[in-house]
Amino acid sequence: MIRITVNGKPIELDAPMTVERLLDSVEVPPNYLAVEVNAHVVPRERYTDVTVGDGDEIELVTLVGGG
Amino acid sequence: MTPIRNDASTRNDITPGIDFPADSEGWSVAGRTLRSRLIVGTGRYDTLEQMRDSLDASGADCVTVAVRRERLYDRQGQNILDFLDLDRYILLPNTAGCYTAADATRAARLGREILRSLGNPGADWVKLEVLGDSRTLLPDPAETVRACRELVDDGFSVLCYTSDCPVTAARLKEVGAASVMPAGSPIGSGQGLLNRNNLRIILEYLKSDDPDYPVIVDAGVGTASDVSEAFELGADGVLLNTAIAHARDPVRMARAMRHAALAGRDALLAGRIPKRLYGTASSPEEGVISSRPYGSAADG
Repeated sequence: MIRITVNGKPIELDAPMTVERLLDSVEVPPNYLAVEVNAHVVPRERYTDVTVGDGDEIELVTLVGGG
Repeated sequence: MTPIRNDASTRNDITPGIDFPADSEGWSVAGRTLRSRLIVGTGRYDTLEQMRDSLDASGADCVTVAVRRERLYDRQGQNILDFLDLDRYILLPNTAGCYTAADATRAARLGREILRSLGNPGADWVKLEVLGDSRTLLPDPAETVRACRELVDDGFSVLCYTSDCPVTAARLKEVGAASVMPAGSPIGSGQGLLNRNNLRIILEYLKSDDPDYPVIVDAGVGTASDVSEAFELGADGVLLNTAIAHARDPVRMARAMRHAALAGRDALLAGRIPKRLYGTASSPEEGVISSRPYGSAADG
């Protein structure tokens, strides 16, 4: 069991997984999202080879209305 | 910086020393041509349908969006991107709500990543906003300059929110902002343009050797006349959100803002008459059929 933080909330995973797999659990089209792992943006083309592991802090953001 | 020419006695409503280029086909920001001089926000609408219709009525071709975590869907399960025609609008992601250069640059990079995924031309643009005070929502000038420099170095076209301080505006242009965007008054306050003189000085400083440099009045607009006023002063664009979104009839207000932008810009290019202390008759003074019982009061 590993622990990660997604948008400030602690989450437990059975094992490390790629960003692509992590995004499978979200019901938003992947191109509506951007991902940071430990304060670094993960470019979309690297979703398949960047792995999320124990202690990682993930930010998962989308666009909302704003001025 | 050149000092402002103080010829306000006769031309007190126009910014001196600037030759404004006439409109032909739109205007340019960061190498891109926009048709509308309004940039409108997408926040604070009651519904996303109302937002979509208001954006349409405003005629804008560039709209701002915010980058946020959580609430990946709103309560109705809708995402704003399903209500924005990405072939029509350039999305301008903002860094609203950030209080440090570090947070603002992170938000900017996240926004860029989403817009790249969407294939939107706004991907390398950012509306930089680094706040310094949560009540006034005034910007932190030191953090804003720092973030602007970093984002310019990272390849961004930075459209930079700032106060109406001419010195800060000049510093932001120096560090490479694609557009400096002084506030008319605090964000969402609806107070209009509180310091016309500072806005005039900013326009003069930033455009003195560079008349096409875009200056956009950002924040504080309350109603249509504020938009016209900004264009009459010589602003290249106006960015607004709440004045439309919180109007009783947002779609109608969006249309009013569109007309106000056209009216203000036309008035600037047409050239207003000087203000005079005394009246000047519009009709011929000769050939009047009546006699004149009163002369000037000064004649006694």
